[in-house]
Amino acid sequence: MLSRESSATLLGAVTEFIYKEARLQDEHQYEAWEALWTDDAIYWVPANGADIDPEKEMSIIYDNRSRIALRVRQYLTGKHFTQSPQSRLRRLVSNIELLDQQPGGDIAVGSNSMIYESSLRDDTIWAARNEYRLRHVDGELRMAYKKVTLVNNEKAIYTLSFLV
Amino acid sequence: MNVMPRASQWEELIRPDRVHGSLYSDPAIFEAELQNIWYRTWVYVGHESEVPEANDYVVKSIGPQSVIMTRDEKGKINLLLNRCSHRGNQVCSYDKGNARSFTCPFHSWTFANDGRLVGYAFPDGYEGQDKSQLALGRVTRVESYRGFVFGSFAAEGPTLQEHLGGAAETIDRLVRTSPEGEVEITAGFLKHRVKANWKFILENECDGYHPAFVHSSIFNVAESSIGKLYGGSSTALTRDFGNGHTEVDLRPEFRKRDVPMSWFGTTADRLPDYTARMNASYGERNAREIMIDGTPHVMIFPNLFIAEIQMFVIQPLAVDDSVQHVTALQFKGAPDLNRRLRQQTMGSVGPAGFLLADDSEMYERSHRGVMARNPEWVFLGRGEKRERIDELGFKVGHVTDEVPSRGIWSHYRKLMEAR
Repeated sequence: MLSRESSATLLGAVTEFIYKEARLQDEHQYEAWEALWTDDAIYWVPANGADIDPEKEMSIIYDNRSRIALRVRQYLTGKHFTQSPQSRLRRLVSNIELLDQQPGGDIAVGSNSMIYESSLRDDTIWAARNEYRLRHVDGELRMAYKKVTLVNNEKAIYTLSFLV
Repeated sequence: MNVMPRASQWEELIRPDRVHGSLYSDPAIFEAELQNIWYRTWVYVGHESEVPEANDYVVKSIGPQSVIMTRDEKGKINLLLNRCSHRGNQVCSYDKGNARSFTCPFHSWTFANDGRLVGYAFPDGYEGQDKSQLALGRVTRVESYRGFVFGSFAAEGPTLQEHLGGAAETIDRLVRTSPEGEVEITAGFLKHRVKANWKFILENECDGYHPAFVHSSIFNVAESSIGKLYGGSSTALTRDFGNGHTEVDLRPEFRKRDVPMSWFGTTADRLPDYTARMNASYGERNAREIMIDGTPHVMIFPNLFIAEIQMFVIQPLAVDDSVQHVTALQFKGAPDLNRRLRQQTMGSVGPAGFLLADDSEMYERSHRGVMARNPEWVFLGRGEKRERIDELGFKVGHVTDEVPSRGIWSHYRKLMEAR
């Protein structure tokens, strides 16, 4: 159990980290975003609810670390047409909370986000619940796990080709 | 003002080597397609493995109409329209489940899962009413081919087997990839919406000209060998089976490689369990051939696309609004292969897929593009002079040729001209 002071300090550091991630995503800073992940990272965007088994059922994204790297390399070709031109993005992140401690000492964090996307197709609003497991690596916070549960993931959704 | 074309107008809009841009964008033409294609011809609805037990149901669609696929107590598959026979309310609001009956929440009318009306609230107001006249609507004809369930609203017309014609053999080829000869659809669907006409999706599925360009980004960074299959010197073929069904036949390239499981970018020794089961089921020689040829890349008109490792179902909602439902193919008795099929499918397709995010971008840009009316035409003449007839009598061309699009439009015209 953390003392009130250290809990507030940790929440401050976590909030700063999550705001930074949001900014890197909004501004398409793919390599800087990739550097936030740990080597054993999982990036998961489930479909059809929040509780599916990603090992058995289709998810919108279920990337291990090497697939995160592949995703970033595809952006960097400049020929990933769905992001050439890039979507214009701004997201608000709120309700950042420290959740129950994870085995292994990872820091569990929850947040909500709302994203405004303007693309060639149209303007689209996305909303999601985000669950993170963060870890200190060489004195810096890193993401070991990020799960993004879109509010409308049970419905047919438009192309989601920016970093969510 | 949009006016539905007269029968004679279809031949003006659909020429052998070009089609009119309005075919993709005119709302009146979309309405005519619902009547003449979606509510008449055989349309793929679901797979028997999605309702394995008695009383299982899953909600599917035919165009904008919601269809409940049930397996009733006797084991029979029914395609019921999700519309109460009383005042039109939807009787089912869940995607899937197990239920002997559906009770409409509006006035509590209850229907058995074979569509029969079994009861209504306060029946004393319905003296003398024949309940059998108030069953749920149903898709008039239902037939399955190797577990794939199709429906047609036409009381008469070609049988499913006649409709599939030469393309039935591609489904035979598909199920042989399972050591038990069966496909299973068990991994759940991604639902990917695009602001584009459904025919851009239909035509793209067997368009072998685009991958080298639309997908160059992922082919380059993944060091994929798929790009070569669609290159200028590829020996792969496009094929028109008739009835609107089209194929990209990659077997000539896989047979040149002569390496089992190369079609899936792997080798047999990395799938030892699968290989052993295939050998046991088919004998080593036949198993080797099956594992070299791989699964088909076939577009069954108008909405079932089998793309080697995954299955897409195309659903039109409006002239510029379509949904692709996609899932990994799963083969009965092949757990090690199935796990990889799911992983690869998740990477490739759906709203965030390495391939489909770019395909969908093209559908939407094409839809906006054809709103410009000069030139009025979409040109589909690639390879027209070099297409030929294969040993089975089907039209074939180079993998990059537009044989499939021409085949689709020729069949489309016949359907739209019919009265």
